[in-house]
Amino acid sequence: MKIQAIALNTFKETIRDRILFLLLFFAAVFIVFSRLLALLTVGDRVKIIKDVGLSSISLFGVLMAILMGTGLVYKEIDKKTIYTLLSKPIHRYQFILGKFFGLVLTLSLMLLLMSLVYLIVVFLHTFQIEWKMLIAIFFIFVELLLITSVAILFSCFSTPILSSVFSLSFYLIGHVSWGLETLIQKVKPGFGKTLAQIFYTFLPDLENFNFKTEIVHDLPIPSNIYSFSLLYGIFYTLFMLVLAMLIFRRRDFI
Amino acid sequence: MTTVLKIEDVHKTFKTGFIPKKIKILQGISLTVEEGEIFGYLGPNGAGKTTTLKCILGLLFPEKGKIEIFGYPHLHLKAKERVGFLPENPYFYDYLTASEFLRFYSYLFSQKKRKEKIDNLLSLVGLEKSADLQLRKFSRGMLQRIGLAQAILHDPSLLLLDEPLGGLDPLGRKELRDIIVRLKQEGKTVFLSSHILQDIEMICDSVAIIVNGQIINQGVLRDLISEKILFTEITLSGISPKELEISGECVSDQGGMILLKVFDEENVDKVLELVHSREGKIHSLIPRTETLEDLFVEMVKQR
Repeated sequence: MKIQAIALNTFKETIRDRILFLLLFFAAVFIVFSRLLALLTVGDRVKIIKDVGLSSISLFGVLMAILMGTGLVYKEIDKKTIYTLLSKPIHRYQFILGKFFGLVLTLSLMLLLMSLVYLIVVFLHTFQIEWKMLIAIFFIFVELLLITSVAILFSCFSTPILSSVFSLSFYLIGHVSWGLETLIQKVKPGFGKTLAQIFYTFLPDLENFNFKTEIVHDLPIPSNIYSFSLLYGIFYTLFMLVLAMLIFRRRDFI
Repeated sequence: MTTVLKIEDVHKTFKTGFIPKKIKILQGISLTVEEGEIFGYLGPNGAGKTTTLKCILGLLFPEKGKIEIFGYPHLHLKAKERVGFLPENPYFYDYLTASEFLRFYSYLFSQKKRKEKIDNLLSLVGLEKSADLQLRKFSRGMLQRIGLAQAILHDPSLLLLDEPLGGLDPLGRKELRDIIVRLKQEGKTVFLSSHILQDIEMICDSVAIIVNGQIINQGVLRDLISEKILFTEITLSGISPKELEISGECVSDQGGMILLKVFDEENVDKVLELVHSREGKIHSLIPRTETLEDLFVEMVKQR
């Protein structure tokens, strides 16, 4: 109940933020104008529309998660609203979870709206509802959960600008870390290989949530990959949230 | 009487700067607040009043010491359930309306009959007409009142108010003082931190004075302040200030209206006789006993 109350308040807070709607507007513009891009490019136009649309949903979703998430906890501390909130009979972990679920609720709504625009744009070209695309969108959502937890973690001890830089770095590293896997296979056993293996273990691999190409181009996907990606997302998110709660647990509010 | 709040030997240090330097904010604070009283926590700016309150509320973790609320450790949810808090500067969610704001907090207490309770509270603090107004449009006085409403929303037994009267106009201060006294009459215990001495003197039963992180005096207010007359202030006219110099200190002389400070009761009689013989006029005669301000200034100077 307490987590729910904080989550709903966070939802109200984020949904009234103008930046969210600015991002939503640009996301819609990108999705709609993917048609224009398709006209200018050589290749299967429908596939380009599908691909650009999904990438837009992913990019703007991540931007929303980072820009909103990094300010959530910091703003409460900076504006001192946390004083009255934490003086109520709530545990500090409930505050973090409330913030997380509140933002997830907002992001779900935004994702729903973007997906709606996307499916309509695709429908206008294929004259059929491409339900398959929802799988790719679902994994974008799982990725957003993780990014949100990372943004909240950084927000617990850093300013929004720094947290945004950290979270964006996390996102970028997460999308190139798969290169380490190739490196591990190619490097001879030794110090270099061990180092690469250590890095690959701890760095996030956000490509686990990227099914855009496979789904748009109808490529075969092994069935166990979905469950692996989902579990990877859930556990990494939980890990980040636990870390945030631990940092927040003994924090002094001066 | 039951002890509502017990603080024992609380120490709190802050670290500041690139090369951390320790600053002792609280140096062994101990105090007890009894049920049903208005307890004034007095101290100059930077003495450690807000830090003490934050330690009580679990916003800061003291390095040493023990805090109990109604016999429970202060971080226990059962203790927090019985505490209401109004922070020094009322920072609230400015995107919410007054009723949305109270509804949000009411959900944290799993309350029933929310709407009725919120309406009653808004009328108690005189904000019933602003129920649907966003808090960002509230004046300082209105914010203070909605702050008090959130503090008493769950009917707490102990109220912690940090500088509740600061920044309010005289009317606002009176209204808030009246509400605090009414809460006391309802059986609530009020812990009030302030540096506005007149207000504390008017409504508090007990006080503790904190200077540089240490409590230098505490007890029942009437025991702390002596009732001995310190001096008498006489406002008179129709007589030359020079003639009065032997009996007292002439503080001001505006258009023949003299304010005289007389330190001895015998001298008061002399002045009265003199004015009578010169056919002058006494406008007022006020004996001044020791005030909390005198006690406070004396204590702070001693440190």
